[in-house]
Amino acid sequence: MIVPYSHLLILAVILFVMGAVCTIARRNLIMILIGVEIMLNAAGLAFIGASLYWKQLDGQAFVLFIMAVAASEVAVGLALIVYLQRRTGSVNADDYSAMKG
Amino acid sequence: MTLYGGIFYLLAILVLVSTILAITRRHAVNAIVYLIVSFFGTALLFYLLGAPFLAVLEVIIYAGAIMVLFLFIVMMTDLQPSERGKGLALGQWLPAIILGAISLLVMAALIVAVPTNQIGLRGGMAAPIAFGHFLFQQYWFPVEIASFLLLIALVGALYLGRRESKLEPHPSKENR
Repeated sequence: MIVPYSHLLILAVILFVMGAVCTIARRNLIMILIGVEIMLNAAGLAFIGASLYWKQLDGQAFVLFIMAVAASEVAVGLALIVYLQRRTGSVNADDYSAMKG
Repeated sequence: MTLYGGIFYLLAILVLVSTILAITRRHAVNAIVYLIVSFFGTALLFYLLGAPFLAVLEVIIYAGAIMVLFLFIVMMTDLQPSERGKGLALGQWLPAIILGAISLLVMAALIVAVPTNQIGLRGGMAAPIAFGHFLFQQYWFPVEIASFLLLIALVGALYLGRRESKLEPHPSKENR
């Protein structure tokens, strides 16, 4: 026995909330993407724990797909950041105020 | 507490501390380097929880590819001091931390309330070859979809990252 299953889930939840706080509170677009990465990673950790808990490999397969989604999301997101930086000269989310009405 | 339990808690502390440091750094480069430490810790956790193949993939994809991509972008976009003002603005952090604490409490209560969650995890190890056989027997179609998703992301990133063309109006628009 390694640890109770609940401890692993709570670790994953704490990591997920940290990523969410980073996404909400930061204004830098790169930091927002980093928060999303932390959240995806925490979800992967929970999946691996569940995979070990039920002795099924499906959880590990899902982590593989989470990694694929994270990689493609980061590629497109960073391309968008570069595009926005060329257009507006800023990577600060507060500076994109063209639709403030 | 067994040896594996001690390793788990040590790694958990490592991951949590490095993630806290990462999300509070002002400069993105420091945050990225702390996050690499966090991902290494997560990879060791994956190995401890019986997923050696995914531990290797975590190091290669997350700590290697994704974080290096972040570093490249930070170098490409000449960052001004992006978060204005000094330190961390309380007005941005306070609501986020309150909301995060509430959701953390609710989720932790839900997890603790289920009695079967208190069962200890028994160690196990999924051999990479068994995982590969399982993946391509049960999940071959999602694997294809994932590869297609990566291709689409590649095309999208290329399209977004191309140089701005000359500012000539497109000929088809003039003919209208």
